[in-house]
Amino acid sequence: MTFETIKRIRASAAWRGALTKIIFLLLFLYAGPLQAALTIEIIGGGATQIPIAVVPFAAEQGLPQSITQVVGADLARSGLFKLVDTGGINPLPVEPSEIRYADWKARNADALVIGTVRPLADGRLEVRFRLMDVVKQAQLAGFSYNIVPAQLRLTAHKIADVVYEKLTGYPGVFSTKICYVVKQGSKYELQIADADGYGSQTVVTSNESIISPSWSPDGTKLAYVSFERKRAVIYLQSLLTGQRTLLASFPGSNSAPVWAPDGKRLAVVLSKDGISQIYLVNPDGSNLQRITYSGAIDTEPNFSSDGKWIIFTSDRGGTPQIYRMPASGGESERLTFEGTYNVSPRFSPDGKSFAFIQRGVGGGFNVAVEDVATRQVQVLTNSLLDESPTFAPNGKIILYATIENNRGILAAVSSDGKVKQRLTVQSGDIREPTWGPFLKAQQQLPILNQ
Amino acid sequence: MKKIMLSILLAGLLAACASKEAKQESKATIEESTPTQSQPQPSTAPAQQQSVAMDPLHDPKNILSQRSIYYDFDKSIIKDEYRPLVQAHAHYLAGNRSARMTIQGNCDERGSREYNLALGQHRADAEKNAMTLLGASKSQIETVSFGKEKPRCTEHNESCWSQNRRGDIVYQGE
Repeated sequence: MTFETIKRIRASAAWRGALTKIIFLLLFLYAGPLQAALTIEIIGGGATQIPIAVVPFAAEQGLPQSITQVVGADLARSGLFKLVDTGGINPLPVEPSEIRYADWKARNADALVIGTVRPLADGRLEVRFRLMDVVKQAQLAGFSYNIVPAQLRLTAHKIADVVYEKLTGYPGVFSTKICYVVKQGSKYELQIADADGYGSQTVVTSNESIISPSWSPDGTKLAYVSFERKRAVIYLQSLLTGQRTLLASFPGSNSAPVWAPDGKRLAVVLSKDGISQIYLVNPDGSNLQRITYSGAIDTEPNFSSDGKWIIFTSDRGGTPQIYRMPASGGESERLTFEGTYNVSPRFSPDGKSFAFIQRGVGGGFNVAVEDVATRQVQVLTNSLLDESPTFAPNGKIILYATIENNRGILAAVSSDGKVKQRLTVQSGDIREPTWGPFLKAQQQLPILNQ
Repeated sequence: MKKIMLSILLAGLLAACASKEAKQESKATIEESTPTQSQPQPSTAPAQQQSVAMDPLHDPKNILSQRSIYYDFDKSIIKDEYRPLVQAHAHYLAGNRSARMTIQGNCDERGSREYNLALGQHRADAEKNAMTLLGASKSQIETVSFGKEKPRCTEHNESCWSQNRRGDIVYQGE
């Protein structure tokens, strides 16, 4: 058996300075107590689930947040893992040398997470974890993180991300964020939260509707549509400073903002020249350029992640259907042919497929996915009023809004349709979800060791 | 010269409306009915000819007090039954050049918020274009869309949806 040394990642002093500022600002923005804004419930499960034991981390009793619990909940919620009971094994292993593999083989565990939390002299915590392969009796991954106690949840999500990636081959999204709108009575709140619904923060509150939030590719800004001026206008807002600027408020409707993957341009929809058409604009509002001239409604643009294509909704053929054109404009190609109402296209991160809303023959509006090359469509839900599908950045989950028991809720479905989840708020309606991007590795450094 | 240009523009608009309408009407059957409430009275005389004991805009007997035009699902065609209403308001604007109105487009809850926002805008703009062709000035009419964001009725059924697929006329100062 070989032991890999635990990986340590060093952050430069300058970067640490910048991060301290970001953390401070995020804490400043953070409004309420750390509680689940959303309650998540799994409805279906994957056909094959990887059995994994998450051993309670040593010395985490008394901490404000249990890492073990969050890692286990993340993995279970994905539908791809089955948690193996760790009760009755004594002593529980903390270091690889303490693992008695026979115990875990007897419980049919394929993998094992072990770890420890140790207080440091400066008040921070050192979190160490290892992912062990029970069959091969070998370490698959190991990291340590020096963090402040407020980063325990984020650290646990990052550990779950490592486990997910090592065992499924796809990056985990547990440490990413989601954005959505909560309507409480006549009040609208644009909120962001961890992907598991915890740590919600209100970005902006309004007495008028807010729709169509869109993350900048670096995850530091949101574009959204607000009706606070009694018509639809587009704002950009920094998540670091809270500062917001008006991007477009031409006569008529200004809507459907979406960032190009390089962050240098946005596609927006304006009706100022007669009917809703697609334009490109710089984030400072300059260099406005119209890119569709259909004479029919063109809206809901979305870029492919390579920046080459825009897919969008248009009723140029008489009913709303999904089209594709080069990202700088040009000839469009119709992509949907089934049914009379196909809207809200969103490219998968690999650009090979797109999620959208299709009105079925029974009249229900459902989440569907179409393969761009083969045009094959798979309908993933069977509810009545689904809207706003958004891919997780690993492409494995589609989050969307729907109505259940007369309330707006969020739901998620795995892109193969097998795992379903329901996300609800305690009161009010929740809608307009959009899943945030992977943050660049450097931006994840705050929870890693120096 | 200006007048000629205007005529050409109007002719173009008429042609555009006609072609759009023709295209849409040929493509699909109407799926839902419209509400029976607040239908205009085609026999009512135009506003200017009425003896104005009260403000014609708020006289319940005057067609100008009727402010909503209802649509079929995913349509922005103004149905024949609303032509007298559109005509009356256009004539009022033409006769009262200082009058200003906002047309607010609305949609039912089905489908995407963004497509409905564009559809509501299209409905409001269709009414504006019609009134402009009938003598109102473009500068008198502002159009906005609330999409499906401000439903008048919030139940999930056709009787409710039909009330929400609508363009509302609001005069300045109201």
